[in-house]
Amino acid sequence: MTAVSDRQKLQYIAAQASDARLNVELETEGMTLNLGPQHPATHGTLRIVARLDGEQVVHAEPIMGYMHRGYEKIVEVRTYAQVTTLINRIDWLGSFANEVPFILAAERLMGIEPPKRATWIRTLLFEMARIANIGLFLGEMGLQVGAVTPAFYAFRDREFVLNQIEAVTGGRFHPNFDRIGGVKDDLPKGWIDETRAVMDRMRDFCDEMEELLMGSEIFQARCRGIGVIPADVALQFGLSGANLRASGVDWDIRRDGNHGLLAYDDLDFSVWTHPDGDSFARFWVRLQEVREATKLVDQLLDGMPSGPIMAKVPRIIKVPAGEAFVSTENPLGEMGYYIVSKGDLVPFRVKIRSASFNNVSVVPWVLRGVYVPDIITILGSLYFILGDIDR
Amino acid sequence: MTRLSSPDAPTEAPDQAADETEEAPAVDELRDGVVARLAELLGDGLVEHHVAAGQDMWIRVTSDAWAVTAETLRNVLGARYFCFLSAIDWKPSPFGRYLDAEVDTIVHGATAKEPEPQQTGVTGGEARFQVLARVANVRDHWGITIKADATPDDAPRVPTWTRVYAGADWHEREAWEMFGITFEGHPHLRHIYLPSEFEGYPLRKDFPLISRMVKPWPGIVDVEPMPTVDEPEGDTPPAAENAPDGGDPE
Repeated sequence: MTAVSDRQKLQYIAAQASDARLNVELETEGMTLNLGPQHPATHGTLRIVARLDGEQVVHAEPIMGYMHRGYEKIVEVRTYAQVTTLINRIDWLGSFANEVPFILAAERLMGIEPPKRATWIRTLLFEMARIANIGLFLGEMGLQVGAVTPAFYAFRDREFVLNQIEAVTGGRFHPNFDRIGGVKDDLPKGWIDETRAVMDRMRDFCDEMEELLMGSEIFQARCRGIGVIPADVALQFGLSGANLRASGVDWDIRRDGNHGLLAYDDLDFSVWTHPDGDSFARFWVRLQEVREATKLVDQLLDGMPSGPIMAKVPRIIKVPAGEAFVSTENPLGEMGYYIVSKGDLVPFRVKIRSASFNNVSVVPWVLRGVYVPDIITILGSLYFILGDIDR
Repeated sequence: MTRLSSPDAPTEAPDQAADETEEAPAVDELRDGVVARLAELLGDGLVEHHVAAGQDMWIRVTSDAWAVTAETLRNVLGARYFCFLSAIDWKPSPFGRYLDAEVDTIVHGATAKEPEPQQTGVTGGEARFQVLARVANVRDHWGITIKADATPDDAPRVPTWTRVYAGADWHEREAWEMFGITFEGHPHLRHIYLPSEFEGYPLRKDFPLISRMVKPWPGIVDVEPMPTVDEPEGDTPPAAENAPDGGDPE
């Protein structure tokens, strides 16, 4: 039995090392990494198949459809009043905001103008849905980079907003509160003062998030310059909402479109943009948006007009033949409904233009060449909800 | 000196109302200008247009001009923001509205209803399938819906938009999967939501909604006659009247 000498061992190691070097030069065989469908960063069931070369992504392909519920087909056999129940479930963190554009489009076709108070209540709940939705994002973004505490803070403080929404609508997540011609109920007694206190709390929460995350060196290192989306690419892919504004495009449907449909014309607010287009910019813009939304809610509470909350609407709602597209600036981005009506009880065709579908379509583009851990932060900063992709 | 109790108030209100009604059909210079420019640039490619003043605008182009329209809108008119792309199947559903009890008879083998005539919406159209897309100019704040007929009816096809708007990729895959419209030149038309072995095109009107077929319209339960309370004699069970096929209860 011959013992292997040290010299032989060294030769063997050297040979292996040179092989390894050679392999690197010859481009090693890639590896396929499967992320999901169940992954904390995906807010549902999004699967990403990433083709890796070493630590870098060569090609990433999102695979959807695990939650596709076929709303566009089902809506064709639902009356207009029944549709709101379904579309509540598209973006489940900001449900009320889903109902508004549909109702606005149906009202435009019917020629109904809701009373001023109804419009203001709509706008109020719309902004509160935004705070609840994006407030959770602020915490989850911390979770994506490894900080667990912000997520708990976000869940804790979001609950106060949800309680206020529940006090009005009766539903924490699925209010089903918007009606053609107005809203279902009036605001309960004492609610306005409670909401003011909650808004103060949410502003404190924003400050807390800013101190916790944005000052953190780790957060900056993980987000600055990662996942940069230039303005032109963002526009081509139809990114909307904070994702678009983080790329420096000054476009907000609250300010720039839909004049007269919601109460934004009477309110004073700023639209925040950021020139960088990276993950950090997307976080920063959303943080400012929550702050801006709390100010909007305060203004709405102060100036809430009195009057009826329902217009005169026929008992059986038949929408006259026609087509209308109305979109609003939802928490996730532009959400719109293209309604084709033939004068029936049910819509003939409804195209749901959801924000996340477009926001995620940029993923193959933006993930090219990034490192594996950055996949999570980029996905987190794009902020999508699976119900909004798989409608 | 002005009188505090002047009788102006009742006369003012009708004036304002009259002003508002006069303002309603106002000309929309921005949108009319865009449509006029498009008509100039596209020539024969533009078939029809419609402007809802202050709200929205639509154009319909020939399917040959579909891709050129996208280029014109993006490169000349500055509509750089891609909103969505989808399709409409204008054929009336052969299964009725699924609303009335007649539907159930169709499912159970009785004769089908007389199909309604096919009619198209804003800006018209000749074919069964129409593709529609929406783009917006984020600087001048307008959006436009573009439609085109996808012919022929049995194998509809239009050129792709992916070379102009990269975001059209997924939307075209969805429209292909849901309506069976082929987008010529699309790099990889594959399923996006449905499993790859799925057959049929679910959003076509002749694709049945099975769940509604096995279970009738839930609204019907509400309008069934309630059991009467003022007829206490129990000779005939109340179910006999409500039996759907008039079957003998005994």
